[in-house]
Amino acid sequence: MSGALIDLSYLAASALFVFCLKGLSHPRTAVRGNLYGALGMLLAVTVTLLDRQIVSFEIIAAGLLVGSAIGAAFAVKVPMTAMPQMVALFNGFGGGASVLVAGASFLEAIALGELRSDRFLVAVGASGIIGSITFWGSLVAFGKLQGLISEQAMVFKGQHSINAAIGIVCAFLAGLLLVHPDDPANYVSVVGVASILGVFLVIPIGGADMPVVIALLNSYSGLAGAATGFVLDNNVLIIAGSLVGASGIILTRIMCRAMNRSLGNVLFGIGGTVGTGPAPGEEFYEGKVKSASPEEIAMLFDTARRAVIVPGYGMAVSQAQHAVRDLANLLESRGCEVEFAIHPVAGRMPGHMNVLLAEANIPYDKVKEMDEANSGFSQTDVALVIGANDVVNPLARTDPASPIAGMPILDVDKARTVVVIKRSLSPGFAGIPNPLFAADNTVMLFGDGKKAILELIAALKEF
Amino acid sequence: MEGLITSLTIFVLAIFVGFEVITKVPPTLHTPLMSGSNAISGITLVGALLSAGHQHTLLTTVLGFVAVVFATVNVVGGFLVTHRMLGMFRKKEDR
Repeated sequence: MSGALIDLSYLAASALFVFCLKGLSHPRTAVRGNLYGALGMLLAVTVTLLDRQIVSFEIIAAGLLVGSAIGAAFAVKVPMTAMPQMVALFNGFGGGASVLVAGASFLEAIALGELRSDRFLVAVGASGIIGSITFWGSLVAFGKLQGLISEQAMVFKGQHSINAAIGIVCAFLAGLLLVHPDDPANYVSVVGVASILGVFLVIPIGGADMPVVIALLNSYSGLAGAATGFVLDNNVLIIAGSLVGASGIILTRIMCRAMNRSLGNVLFGIGGTVGTGPAPGEEFYEGKVKSASPEEIAMLFDTARRAVIVPGYGMAVSQAQHAVRDLANLLESRGCEVEFAIHPVAGRMPGHMNVLLAEANIPYDKVKEMDEANSGFSQTDVALVIGANDVVNPLARTDPASPIAGMPILDVDKARTVVVIKRSLSPGFAGIPNPLFAADNTVMLFGDGKKAILELIAALKEF
Repeated sequence: MEGLITSLTIFVLAIFVGFEVITKVPPTLHTPLMSGSNAISGITLVGALLSAGHQHTLLTTVLGFVAVVFATVNVVGGFLVTHRMLGMFRKKEDR
C-alpha cells in the first residue's frame, strides 16, 4: 500500500475519532459515536498492518489476541460501581504502551544507526516521561479506588520539595538523552525516575479528589499518545492523542470548578485538610439531630407531591442504585413527582452517579444537573440525600472561612423537608461538620444506603 | 524543521477541535466520554504494531509485543465498556 494511501486512511480514522466525540454530546447519538470511534481504530490498525516494513505477523497476532481477550474480559465483567478504577487501569495501559513504543523506536534507531535528530530525542523523552507518570499514577489511582491501598491522602513532610527534586532530575536525564543519543540506559533511567514521580504525585491525593486525578490522567494518556506520534512522525497518533488530551483537560477543569478549587490546590494543596484542625466534635450536633425510623420517613413521603433524590458516593458503596430506582417508581405510582439531582463531583469520577442511575434504568431526562436542580429545591417537599455529605453542606455558602467556602453545592436545605440516609454523623472528605444534619427541617435515617432504602420501600407499601 | 512545524500545527489545531467538540458533552455522559476517549488514546497501537512487526532486534520485538498487548487492552476494553455503558442510557419513553 502506498504511503499516500496509508496517510489518507489515517486522515479518515482521525475524522472518525472526531465524529466519535461529537456523537457523545447526546445520549441518543452516543452509541453510534462510539461505533465510529471503533471503526476509526479498526481502519487505522488495518492499514498499518499493510505496511510493507512489517516482516512478521505472528508476534502481532499473538499480542492482539492476548490484549483483546484481557480487554474484553474486563469490559464485560466489570460492575458499573467499579467503573472509576476500570478507567484508571485502562488509562495506565495507554500510558505504558507509549513508553514501550517510544523505547522500541529509540532502540531501533540506534540499532539501525539512523540519525537521531534532537526533535526525535525530545519526543522520545516526552513519551517516556508522560507515559511513565500516566502508567504508575494510574496504577496508584486504581489501587486506591479498588481499596488495595489506603484511599486516604498520604501526606508527609517535605513532599513538595521531594517531588520537585524528582521532577528536576527527570528533566535533567531527558536532557542527557540529547547529549548521549547512543545510550539506551539513559532512556531507562528517564522512565525509572518518571515512574517514581508518577507514584509520588498520586499518593497524596485522597478519595473525594479522585475525579480530578482520573480526568487528569486521562488527559496525560492522550498527551503520551501524541508525544509518541511525534516520535513516529505519525499524524493519526498526534491527532487522536491531542483530542483525548483536550478532553481530559476540560473534564479536569469542570471538576475543579465544581469544587471551587484550583488544579494546583487539588494536586499539591490542602488534600482535603485531612488532619488539620479539630475533627467535628459530638457537641456540634448534640441535641440538634433528629433521627427517624423508616416508618416515620415513609409518612413524609406519603404526603409528598415532589421529591428529589440526591445520590452520593455512599450510594455506589452500598450498591443501592436498583433499590433507589424501585423507590422512585413506587413514589411515582403514588402520584409523587420524582427527580434526581447530581453534583458534578459526586462519586469517584466525572459522571459516576449518572452511569449508576442509567444502569438501574432510570431515564436520563429525569436526572438533573446542579443548576437546574437548585432552581427546583424550594418547590420540593422531600429531598432525599443518599450517602452524600460535602456536596450538600450549606457551610459552603455561609462560612467564608470553611475549607469548602464558595464551592457550588446542591441546595437541598431549601426543600421543605430533608431526609439524609447515612451510616453515621462522621464528616465527609473535607473533614468538617455539616449543619444540614442538625437543621430543623432535616431528619436522619441512619444505616447502610441500600438497606435503608429497602426498609423505606417496605414501610411505604404499608400505606 | 519543516516537519516539526507541520506536526506542531496539527497538534495545536487538534487540541482546539477537541476543546470545541468536548465542551458540548453533557455531564451525564462524562464517564462514557472518559472511557471512550481512553479507547481512542489506545491509538498508540499503531506504533506498537510497527515495533512488533519490524523485528529489528529481539528486544524491540519483545517491547513491541508488550506494547501491542497493552494498547489492545486499552482499545478493545475501552470501546466495549463504553458501548455497554451507553446501552444503559435511555429516555423515559424508550423503556
